[in-house]
Amino acid sequence: MTTGESKELQAKQKTEVAAPAEQTVPGIVFTPAVDIFENEKEITLLADLPGVKSDGLKIDLHESVLTLTGEIEPFENADEEDILIEYEVGRYFRQFTLSETIDQNRIEAKLKDGVLRLALPKAEKALPKKITVKAG
Amino acid sequence: MLIRRSFPNWGFRSTFDEIDRMRRDMDRLFDGLSGRYFRPVSSGVFPAVNLTEDKDNYYIRAELPGMTADDLNISVIGSNLSLSGERKIPAGGEQVRYHRREREAGNFSRVIGLPGDVNGDKVEASLKNGILTIVVPKAEKAKPKQITIK
Repeated sequence: MTTGESKELQAKQKTEVAAPAEQTVPGIVFTPAVDIFENEKEITLLADLPGVKSDGLKIDLHESVLTLTGEIEPFENADEEDILIEYEVGRYFRQFTLSETIDQNRIEAKLKDGVLRLALPKAEKALPKKITVKAG
Repeated sequence: MLIRRSFPNWGFRSTFDEIDRMRRDMDRLFDGLSGRYFRPVSSGVFPAVNLTEDKDNYYIRAELPGMTADDLNISVIGSNLSLSGERKIPAGGEQVRYHRREREAGNFSRVIGLPGDVNGDKVEASLKNGILTIVVPKAEKAKPKQITIK
């Protein structure tokens, strides 16, 4: 991290999902920005999902593939006219392949202020079992 | 590089005219491919905002995930809306190893000029689910008035 005053943020264009499996629902799909870090006990994922409420968020972990889907509601009233539109609004979708085995029962998800915090605790490694060989 | 001499020189005042024309043709081609008309006119300043209006208010919306009301500063001067603040991202903790780091933190400041006179006393702003919505009522004299014909 740099010391001294914080830098100025630059506007970035939102990245659209690049040709995934075809979507059944029409609309734009964006790739949310995520931070992923891990320590020895768990993997933490933080995703920027502005406009997504907890009932619009779907988290799925299946065969080490983590899928995040976020639905949003249209934010404009019908009788509004556009003057300046700099960003588009669309759903969010991102998939990750996890390298470690995750203890699925202890996954915690928290969605606050449009940021999802996903704690994925690593499964405890199986204890080595000693196999005795019967003589004979 | 192949240099082409257009012969005779029909109305191409400079060699760049022809390149301009080619660029416009390519743009049109690609527009047709993507099928969408949207080409963002972002000023490059953070945050990206959507400014809309109806007959009573201006609406300004911005996506600011992870921000709370304390980090934000909104003020209206004349018919300019000033929006500034700081996005903080707390550190992950000790002994962490980052696999991806895509979210950015930093400060930002932006002034948006509203196209008409506004009533600065009745501005309302709300921050919900990471989306900031500012409602700026238009000044009475700036609202469209219907004129009845007798």
